[in-house]
Amino acid sequence: MRRFSRTNLLLLLAVVLLAVAPVALGLGSGDEPFAGADALAEQAIVDSHPDYEPWFSPIYEPPSGEVESALFALQAALGAGFLGYYFGVARTRRRYRAAEQPHE
Amino acid sequence: MHIAEGYLPPIQAAAWFAVSAPFVVHGSRALVQQVRRDPESKLLLGAAGAFTFVLSALKIPSVTGSCSHPTGTGLGAVLFRPPVMSVLGGIVLLFQAVLLAHGGLSTLGANIFSMAIVGPWVAYAVYALIRRLGGGLDAAVFAAAALGDLATYCVTSAQLALAFPDPATGFVGALVKFGGIFAVTQIPLAVSEGLLSVLVVRLLTRVSGDELRRLGVLRTPAVQA
Repeated sequence: MRRFSRTNLLLLLAVVLLAVAPVALGLGSGDEPFAGADALAEQAIVDSHPDYEPWFSPIYEPPSGEVESALFALQAALGAGFLGYYFGVARTRRRYRAAEQPHE
Repeated sequence: MHIAEGYLPPIQAAAWFAVSAPFVVHGSRALVQQVRRDPESKLLLGAAGAFTFVLSALKIPSVTGSCSHPTGTGLGAVLFRPPVMSVLGGIVLLFQAVLLAHGGLSTLGANIFSMAIVGPWVAYAVYALIRRLGGGLDAAVFAAAALGDLATYCVTSAQLALAFPDPATGFVGALVKFGGIFAVTQIPLAVSEGLLSVLVVRLLTRVSGDELRRLGVLRTPAVQA
């Protein structure tokens, strides 16, 4: 049990390190360090094909960066909330099953 | 990997819809069949969708000095096979296109092809291969999720290079350019996605052993406590 939890914690720690290291090492560059890759690709298209006109625009655009980040947070919260719910249900279910079938 | 709204010429946008549509239709059928055959797996299906929901919302800094996000589709592909993920991934992309102006409706076909079709299939192929060669569950899940994630971004790079070949160096030059923006940035994130997928599978093995056995992910018989 202890080894199981320790490995899980190490996995999480590695993910956090991978995300923090680039910022901590100051690898960001340019006008806007750590800009989104999607936006950089858009910029690259504009640079190499200045004549290209996007022929369709989003039907709804979040009015500000704050609203956009709120919606992203909502997306993550919905997903994380459901994952938490799943593990809660699965754990409880397993415990009841174990209680129903006492070992011989 | 989200190609922005309007950033594919109309004909190519339509072509990607035509390519993706059969996968999504087939995936919807697979999803219905899965629920009918094993109604108890509904909750786990939701969890696989939720995992993509979380991961694709997280923009994480990378070594290239830019930010990108994982896809989270490898886990579901391993658990439920790739066709199901073409639907779940498609739902995530639709949500982001409509509410977040991230990606787009005109580029939905292309984005579904990279994130909800190629990513899951690569992940599943890697998983199946490693398992067949006798590899462990953790190693197989890690490689599957990481390579599926990376494959998605390689496809996006190729799609953009096709649409916007470099004026001087053509398709290859553009592929290198977009690959530098997407694929290289994605390497550490792909590793992160692999680690997180392994974490979730470890937890699932602990609490949902029976479900994983029914899905064929766990092969050992239930341990009688």
